[in-house]
Amino acid sequence: MSHSLDAYLILSALLFGVGTFGFLGRRNAIAMLMSIELMLNAVNLAAVAFGAFTPELQAHAALIALLVMAVAAAEATVGLAIVIAIYRNRRTPLVDEYSSMRE
Amino acid sequence: MPTGVLADLALPPFVPFLNWAWDDLLFLLLAGIMLAAAIFVVVGRNIVRSGVAMMLCFAALAGIYVLAGAVIVAAAQVLIYIGAISILVLFAIMLTQSKSGPLSLVFHRQAWAGLLAAIGVVVLLVISVVNTEWPLAVADRLWSVTDEVALLLFSDGLYVFALQVIAVLLTAAVVGGVFIAKREDSADPGEPAPTTLERVRPPVDAAPVETL
Repeated sequence: MSHSLDAYLILSALLFGVGTFGFLGRRNAIAMLMSIELMLNAVNLAAVAFGAFTPELQAHAALIALLVMAVAAAEATVGLAIVIAIYRNRRTPLVDEYSSMRE
Repeated sequence: MPTGVLADLALPPFVPFLNWAWDDLLFLLLAGIMLAAAIFVVVGRNIVRSGVAMMLCFAALAGIYVLAGAVIVAAAQVLIYIGAISILVLFAIMLTQSKSGPLSLVFHRQAWAGLLAAIGVVVLLVISVVNTEWPLAVADRLWSVTDEVALLLFSDGLYVFALQVIAVLLTAAVVGGVFIAKREDSADPGEPAPTTLERVRPPVDAAPVETL
């Protein structure tokens, strides 16, 4: 099972689906950001799995995964800063109460 | 003899009583932990526990990376995701947790539509994965060599531009994050315009404006 590409890709699809549901369904802005992290991890898993089964792509896959991690770190920084900035005005982390960005 | 990660250990060739290869057992175990933790992240009521479960999910995923032979990615996963991003998320959770509002309603009222969309995405992905003939879909996985990654990154010229872009992006993200999250005194209504003496005072969050 761990020697077949399909298992890794299906696991990646499941993780992506869980992240999709979290992003669409949660009310808390930080939970939505966490769901985005889950989706980025699913993409990383797919890239690493393709690299593991294709010898000429292996180093490329590792590099792409590392670049995605760096972008994820930047996204988390800016996203959480925005959530904190909005929380300072609105006093709530729930996105459905952000009907407008200023009072 | 077992192959892969456990090749150096003196283990029986298959898992006793189950007749599986050891790699498969590890893969199933890590995948189960990862999926369970991910689902707990998404459906958990207490968001602090969701944050901790996210760390568990990332750790299990690092184990899967090792199983797939990408050791450098696993190390970076532990450093960046478990070490940095999770801590950042936990800090943000603790900064934005309001005790006043009841957080019992975790999901939107339209969350069923999101669930349908997620199930649709998973079904589409699984169908396309299963129905595609991948070249080399079953093989002995190779162990990625870290110096190959470094050579590809720095000497080949293919990824140098991406490296520079990532450097600029990280710098911009840090500066932008500080700028956005910085407390703007004049933006706070109800407070008089701060003098310079007041601005020196450390920003204490102890005075929430209750009239909002």
